[in-house]
Amino acid sequence: MSELPGDLKYTKDHEWARVEDDGTVKIGITDHAQTALGDLVYIEPPEIGSTVAAGDSCAVVESVKAASDVYSPIGGEITAANELLADAPETVNQDPYGDGWLFAVRPDDNAELDALMDADAYQALLDEEG
Amino acid sequence: MQQRTPLYECHVAANARIVDFGGWDMPLHYGSQIDEHHAVRRDAGMFDVSHMTVVDLEGAGALPYLQNLLANDVAKLKTPGRALYTCMLNDAGGIIDDLIVYFLGPGRFRAVVNAATRDKDLAWMRQHSAGFDVALTERAELAMIAVQGPTARERAAQVLPEDAREAALAAKPFHALEVGDWLVARTGYTGEDGWEITLPGDAAADAWRRLVEHGVRPCGLGARDTLRLEAGMNLYGTDMDETTSPLESGLDWTVAWEPAERSFIGRAALDAQREHGVPRKFVGLLLEGRGVVRGHQKILFGGHEGEVTSGTFSPTLGRAIGMGRVPAAASGECHIEIRGKKLPAKIVAPPFVRNGKIRIEL
Repeated sequence: MSELPGDLKYTKDHEWARVEDDGTVKIGITDHAQTALGDLVYIEPPEIGSTVAAGDSCAVVESVKAASDVYSPIGGEITAANELLADAPETVNQDPYGDGWLFAVRPDDNAELDALMDADAYQALLDEEG
Repeated sequence: MQQRTPLYECHVAANARIVDFGGWDMPLHYGSQIDEHHAVRRDAGMFDVSHMTVVDLEGAGALPYLQNLLANDVAKLKTPGRALYTCMLNDAGGIIDDLIVYFLGPGRFRAVVNAATRDKDLAWMRQHSAGFDVALTERAELAMIAVQGPTARERAAQVLPEDAREAALAAKPFHALEVGDWLVARTGYTGEDGWEITLPGDAAADAWRRLVEHGVRPCGLGARDTLRLEAGMNLYGTDMDETTSPLESGLDWTVAWEPAERSFIGRAALDAQREHGVPRKFVGLLLEGRGVVRGHQKILFGGHEGEVTSGTFSPTLGRAIGMGRVPAAASGECHIEIRGKKLPAKIVAPPFVRNGKIRIEL
């Protein structure tokens, strides 16, 4: 099992969140999630400019096998979607915490970020799920 | 209790992701389903299909029994080793299962039916054996390995006894050869050349390891599904079932209408459908843009509606493809409803891919 990046926040739905320098938050799925999904072949991005609440389904990742919803861990406005993924969805498999990010949100309330898990807590969840 | 094939330990040792498939612990993939798919299209891959049900049918009455039981006509199998694909129908013409029948010798046939339908198939086959001199024997002790791809036969021949290789390689498509207690058949479910090898379960793990040594890549059920879909081959329980007839499932070609005097179970219903026409037909689908087609999505025409039965992302085409049932008059352009959006698609004639080549216009 690879090391979880320590600078990220995590959710029980196996998403991660990273605060960028401009105050927006990049969202992706964890290495555990991409492994479980298998080869990804299509990413349906959220609409830029739309508003989401924490827990809203806003993107879809599809593997050869099945489609899975991605939930926004925080509320806010969608400011970007990763354009690289339209032609190269496999980037999410290859680099889930880097170039494989899915979308960015400008948070309404930074306190929602504090409610997410840190790497240790997420690792404990993975260990529990076996 | 989950069932396991004699190759289960090989799968686990190769880091397979194991999933439940109709009560069997089977490999979904060994890392990358897409890489496994390409291995079969470009080189050679193999699948553990030992979960499938093998039934031997022996006796002086085996031929007339099968002629009555099956919609295709086993009398077409004139020489030992010949095989055919057929449906087994109920009285209403609905498909109980699809299967391959091998003619092994006078009074000796072998049928390979689906794992998920084993119980109902065996019950139906036994029920209709009354009055025929035929003995049905399930061969649960046998394993089956499907070796598929352009180089599959040449690689797999290396694991056969040396004196059998030439004859095995000479077998034509839909022909099989008995090599000792192995049956080497030039059949498959991928649209590529290759063999399906039936062998004693206790010899399977050794054969699997030797096939790996000869460059055959283990492939899981995930790749098997994308390969069969690209090849335009139906999956029982998904593309057809007891409520659909071969004429609504793109399987007209498997029904032997001649000789007209041969009666078989479901014939009267099929004859009526053929005379009056069926309201629905089975088609291939190609999504024009990005997205993935999945089973149960709606296919929309002006005023008419159909349903996707199987869909996936085609690794060979780099596009989403599917198969589905639509109104008989439907053709050309349509839309597929995916998560509330209507995405443009078109009706095409499968197969999408055969022998490594794209067979439809993109």
